[in-house]
Amino acid sequence: MAGLADSLSHVLARDLLLAARKPADVITPLVFFAIVASLFPLGVSPEPAVLRGLAPGVLWVAALLATMLSLGRLFDADHADGTLEQLALAPQPLTLLVYPKILAHWLTSGLPLVLLSPLLAIQLHLPTGAIATLVLALLLGTPVLSLLGAVGAALTLGLRGGGVLVSLLVLPLYTPVLIFGAGAVTASAAGQGTEAYLSLLGAFLVLAAGFLPWATAAALRISLD
Amino acid sequence: MPINYKYAAPKNFYALAGTLTPWLAAATVLLLAAGLYMALFVAPPDYQQGESVRIMYVHVPSAWMSMFVYVIMAGAGAIGLVWNIKLAEVLAAVSAPIGASFTLLALVTGSLWGKPMWGAWWAWDARLTSELILLFLYIGFMALQAAIDDPRRAARASALLALVGVVNIPVIHFSVQWWNTLHQPASISSIAKVGTPAIDPSMLWPLLIMAVAFKLYYVTVALMRMRAEILERERNTAWVAEVLSAR
Amino acid sequence: MNWTEFFHMGGYAVYVWGSYGIAALVLVANVWAALRRRRRVMTRLRDYARANEAGNE
Repeated sequence: MAGLADSLSHVLARDLLLAARKPADVITPLVFFAIVASLFPLGVSPEPAVLRGLAPGVLWVAALLATMLSLGRLFDADHADGTLEQLALAPQPLTLLVYPKILAHWLTSGLPLVLLSPLLAIQLHLPTGAIATLVLALLLGTPVLSLLGAVGAALTLGLRGGGVLVSLLVLPLYTPVLIFGAGAVTASAAGQGTEAYLSLLGAFLVLAAGFLPWATAAALRISLD
Repeated sequence: MPINYKYAAPKNFYALAGTLTPWLAAATVLLLAAGLYMALFVAPPDYQQGESVRIMYVHVPSAWMSMFVYVIMAGAGAIGLVWNIKLAEVLAAVSAPIGASFTLLALVTGSLWGKPMWGAWWAWDARLTSELILLFLYIGFMALQAAIDDPRRAARASALLALVGVVNIPVIHFSVQWWNTLHQPASISSIAKVGTPAIDPSMLWPLLIMAVAFKLYYVTVALMRMRAEILERERNTAWVAEVLSAR
Repeated sequence: MNWTEFFHMGGYAVYVWGSYGIAALVLVANVWAALRRRRRVMTRLRDYARANEAGNE
């Protein structure tokens, strides 16, 4: 279906263009990520030995929170100007149209987090070998965060107190990604094998990508009706 | 297999539930009494944990209930979502606070059981951590329902959330188990391991009786709540007017 | 049956009775909440019906 490929790339291009027009929306969560990571040395201890132990968890939690912050961008603007209704009415299945939206979201929120993470990892004295694992783990995990977040954002479309409510709904669901993502980095820092963790993260990604956009589309229909 | 849809109609369900509730309540009280008697008087103290093992007869059934009610909630939500059956939506909605209170009970009793064993009021062991996350899932469900004014959207949105949750729960359990074995010495998870190897019948019976009692309790209270919700939802019908004037 | 020993629960009295006490609380609270909900719905619907009747006169 040539029309399908066209519409998908059109949705992707549009979302990326909109994000490029409002760089603040992309940069703010990134700065938030950096700020949260910096709060821990201030709040706990600047000692390298302490930070090294905390670093995997701190970086992952900061990444989760930064992702939560950026979820509003997924559907709110489109909902406000009617584009979302258009997408729901389009001949292409809404489930498929959700994919490029989530991809655009990840490219403009998750991927920047992945790219900034080595810098913050150095600040938190994470051993260099573990930094590569961190990047890989975040690369596998942040798309899952976008995918899960999309369901939450779709369910809370247009609701007052939306931001905090989405966090309440989605953060418990993030815990497996957090456990294995941070676990991978901790194992790497301790010189242990990371294949199991990374394989699991990969499995989560595949399952999430297969199942969650369909749930997101269902949630959008529920919210739009 | 012919399915009797008669009781899917709110009016008939209301009447049926009204007839059943007193009997279910009586059965619940009887079983609770039997279970409590066995738990407190018949079951032996543990050779390691002494009398504190009696907490298990409340903690384990409430943990089981927290999971059971969530599954019912998600299942009822799914039925309401797919077949548009109002009663299913009502069951999901009323189950949430009951399930959440069982989860809270599991957490509190787990903490009280753990304090004499571990010396701390809280430990991040696999069961308690999973129960905590489950509590957050319940709270999210109730918060979403409360945040949406339109009852139809509220029921459908929370049903979807519960379904995503129910699929996630095994994943969460598995992840927390893994995380726990990495970080905790084996002794602390001994409470979670009650029942391995084979549990003695003198301990198994009170546990099972309490579990069944809790289930009957849930059905009783759920039916009670459902009747109240049905009255409200069907307030513009003649049969409700009759019910109101009859009392 | 030594009642003192029974209530003492081998030194674990606070934990055991605390647990059973909170369980009792949860069981009672849920029932009470269900009854209260019913009462409130009935009252509100009666008032609503009364107001409707008054409006129809």
